[in-house]
Amino acid sequence: MSAAYEVVIGLEVHVELKTATKLFCGCANAFGQEPNTETCPVCLGMPGVLPVLNGEAVSLAARAALALHCEIHSYSKFDRKQYFYPDLPKAYQISQYDQPLAENGYVEIGFGEGKRKIGIERIHLEEDAGKLNHIGNRLGDATGSLVDLNRAGVPLIEIVSRPQMHSPEEARQYLTELKTILSYLDISDLRMEEGSMRCDANISLKPSDYTGSLFDLPRVEIKNVNSFRNVQRGIEYEIGRQKERLAQGLAIVRETRGFDDASGTTYSQRSKEEANDYRYFPEPDLPPLVLSEEWLAKQQHMMPELPDSLRAGLLQRGVAERDVQVLVQDPDLYRYWQQAVAEFSDVRQVTNWILSDYSRLMNAHSLSFAAPTVTAKALASLLRLIESGTLSGKMAKEVLEAMFESGETPQAVVKRLGLIQITDQDAIRDIVSSVVMANPAVVKDFLGGKDKALAFLVGQVMKQTKGQAKPDLVNDLLREVIATYA
Amino acid sequence: MAIIDWDAYDTAQKVQSGEVSALECVDAALERIASWDSVIGAFLHVDAEGAREKARIMDSTMTREAKAALPLAGVPVAIKDNMVTTDMPTTAASQILKGFRSPYNATVVERLVRAGAILVGKTNLDEFAMGSSTEHSAYKVTRNPWDTERVPGGSSGGSAAAVAARMVPFALGSDTGGSIRLPASYCGVLGIKPTYGRVSRYGLIAYASSLDQIGPLTRSVRDAAKILHIIAGKDPRDATSIDASSVSSEVGPVQIQNVRIGLPEEYFGDGMDSRVRDKIDNVLEQLRSMGARLVPISLPHTRYAIATYYLIAPAEASSNLSRYDGVRYGQRVVGQDLVSMYESTRAKGFGHEVKHRILLGTHALSAGYYDAYYLKAQKVRTLIRQDFENAFKQVDLIVTPTVPDLPFKLGEREQDPLQMYLTDIFTVTTNLAGIPGLSQPIGLADGLPVGLQWMGPPLAEDLILSAAGRLESALTLPQWPMLGGLDR
Ligand SMILES: [Zn+2]
Repeated sequence: MSAAYEVVIGLEVHVELKTATKLFCGCANAFGQEPNTETCPVCLGMPGVLPVLNGEAVSLAARAALALHCEIHSYSKFDRKQYFYPDLPKAYQISQYDQPLAENGYVEIGFGEGKRKIGIERIHLEEDAGKLNHIGNRLGDATGSLVDLNRAGVPLIEIVSRPQMHSPEEARQYLTELKTILSYLDISDLRMEEGSMRCDANISLKPSDYTGSLFDLPRVEIKNVNSFRNVQRGIEYEIGRQKERLAQGLAIVRETRGFDDASGTTYSQRSKEEANDYRYFPEPDLPPLVLSEEWLAKQQHMMPELPDSLRAGLLQRGVAERDVQVLVQDPDLYRYWQQAVAEFSDVRQVTNWILSDYSRLMNAHSLSFAAPTVTAKALASLLRLIESGTLSGKMAKEVLEAMFESGETPQAVVKRLGLIQITDQDAIRDIVSSVVMANPAVVKDFLGGKDKALAFLVGQVMKQTKGQAKPDLVNDLLREVIATYA
Repeated sequence: MAIIDWDAYDTAQKVQSGEVSALECVDAALERIASWDSVIGAFLHVDAEGAREKARIMDSTMTREAKAALPLAGVPVAIKDNMVTTDMPTTAASQILKGFRSPYNATVVERLVRAGAILVGKTNLDEFAMGSSTEHSAYKVTRNPWDTERVPGGSSGGSAAAVAARMVPFALGSDTGGSIRLPASYCGVLGIKPTYGRVSRYGLIAYASSLDQIGPLTRSVRDAAKILHIIAGKDPRDATSIDASSVSSEVGPVQIQNVRIGLPEEYFGDGMDSRVRDKIDNVLEQLRSMGARLVPISLPHTRYAIATYYLIAPAEASSNLSRYDGVRYGQRVVGQDLVSMYESTRAKGFGHEVKHRILLGTHALSAGYYDAYYLKAQKVRTLIRQDFENAFKQVDLIVTPTVPDLPFKLGEREQDPLQMYLTDIFTVTTNLAGIPGLSQPIGLADGLPVGLQWMGPPLAEDLILSAAGRLESALTLPQWPMLGGLDR
């Protein structure tokens, strides 16, 4: 059997909201504290406690919903999702089941002609669970587990996509764009490695002649993959695995699978038969969440400019499409770019310098544009030195590196290293003459039509001027001097 | 009159005026408990030294003016042991919370203490407030002070018995389907279940969150008003608490002839003990003679109330009790792995009735059964609420018997849970509808107390208390129970 299949992928993304306090109590929402120090009777699930909804979390969730073009319901409610596990103090998670905060949005992926909308089914608010630290290497041979409830009760939104992605690459694009949009809202740290953004992927293979509901297709869920790359790898592996099974005439079992980073494979965790019956029912301790028109209007008013509109603006300013993608993907980088352009209006120069030389330095040191070592102002004054002819491009690169290391202004670096571009024609002409005299063979080659020979002579002049001679001037003078010899 | 005969109102006044000290009041309560609790079994924990110490501090450090600002200055109080306290253990009468000490106080406890009340002990209850007789406590049996062979009612049986036996002037109970009013009726004291949300539930160990309310058990209507006034009000820690104008601390002068009182036919049918019916008939006659207009009404969905209650309450309970897993606090039975620890801890920690209700509730919420059970029960609940809304278009208040019968003998209904559940038949409706209900003693039948239940629209506590106050002053009530014939 070699039937044709369409790959169907849906993603569930959990995003921790960076509120000051937890979703239902006054504990600080802080990552990386001593275990169980950010806890209180409420998030420990002590007898008699009650949840009180954090308005800030609702506001941040609403911002996400607006940015993802969702319809925010003026009436939603909370439900209890019940299961026993030591990281879940009440043995139920307060979540939203059948009446979520928001529904029916989308994320646009690709660009230009290839743009495509991936539907968002719903966004709901819920509380995070705590963490178990297993004593021993892995769960299998752990001798015990320590429960840390600092994370218990931290607000999350779950963003559920429609099953509208058809390749691992599309899934990655969706995640990247989703993260980009959310990063402009400043509602989450979005760090997958710290768990503030988590992704589960649902994968089915739809036979080309299948006409039934997607929901009825056997579906495999890959849980809690820790990077976009691994989401992509996990999906790739899973498609291959499922295709192979189908080719062998085997059925696809509906199940939850984990992803093993080292081998790049997935492994079975839980089949549908073992799945929990969560026994959802409305949370009696919380009144329904009712949002007024005025409140929603206020949230709308607080929305920042979003990536789509930023991209359009950049294209209009003449930034190349490829650069636009890179600039907008990181809000800190984009802000840096904005500041630099405000100081130095040559958009092309600014973009080139930021995306090539400066980004390379930042990446090499794993630094983020949130805390740039060279301020946008300093970068702009460096570019001004090039513009005025004080520095050559090559010298400027050297200066930038020095600025990066020491945090000095470009002027200070130039002064310290004595790096002033020599623009004095007479001074350069003397050196040019001596180089021409010293290399008669090369000059002969050049005159014989070998253009490359000139580059060698330019190099010699630059060497003698310690690179400070203005390159185009050197070029002109060399031709002039050689002409007089010939 | 001895100190123990005073209600909270008199006690506070005499402490404020300096006629007695807080310590004398606390000592009187503690002596009474020491003498009689071995017979009655109202308390699970008594903090004699802590209570005395607090009384001494009040006596020695507070000026008369300072005491005058405390509406419950020096008044001893007992708290049902499903409300958490930092100074004493809180067990909910369950093995699973044996020795548990809460890191915080319930809001009601804070409010009482701030008003000058002195907490002397924690009272017995049916485990996790699940029961109608206080026989389902993991620790002890509580006896009815009027006849120690009989149950005090439940689940706030310890609180009702302690108040009836004059161990404390008042106590707090909680009411999910009648757990304040039923023991109040059986023990011949007054008990009020306020409008849902009127009193904060923060610190009340949840049984059924959408039904639970805390209220006082007292020996006078004026005490009920005074204490409700102190404990009621919006609490930022309870999102379901309501911000209504506060309950009046005094019983208002209501002209009973202006009041239309509804008599729901469904509550006066067959199955009522004839001795209860006679007492109720007498009181209705009395109300009529005082000028009240008695209006026959119908609450047609009443007959579904018990079934509805026994789906909703266990469903919520099955969820609320899941946290007792042995991981963080309370008793833990070690197992070979996580699941066996959960199973052994809960198997050993919970009593039979609690397990029964957890199973009922878990089933009602299970996939495939939710719509037929829980969802349908919620719909019927709405109909029951609408019954009352319609009724209160015709009448101001409703009266019924609190319980259709007299206190039964210990052990009599143990083998018959269904009959036990029917004990709540007249009280569960107010919880389902979220409206206030009050049980008032109206005298004895065959030496056993009979209670009259008042029901009113949401937030009508003032009207209920005023009407009950008028009736109270018109009735000649028996003095005190004889505590098995041994007292006096
Ligand atoms: Zn907390």
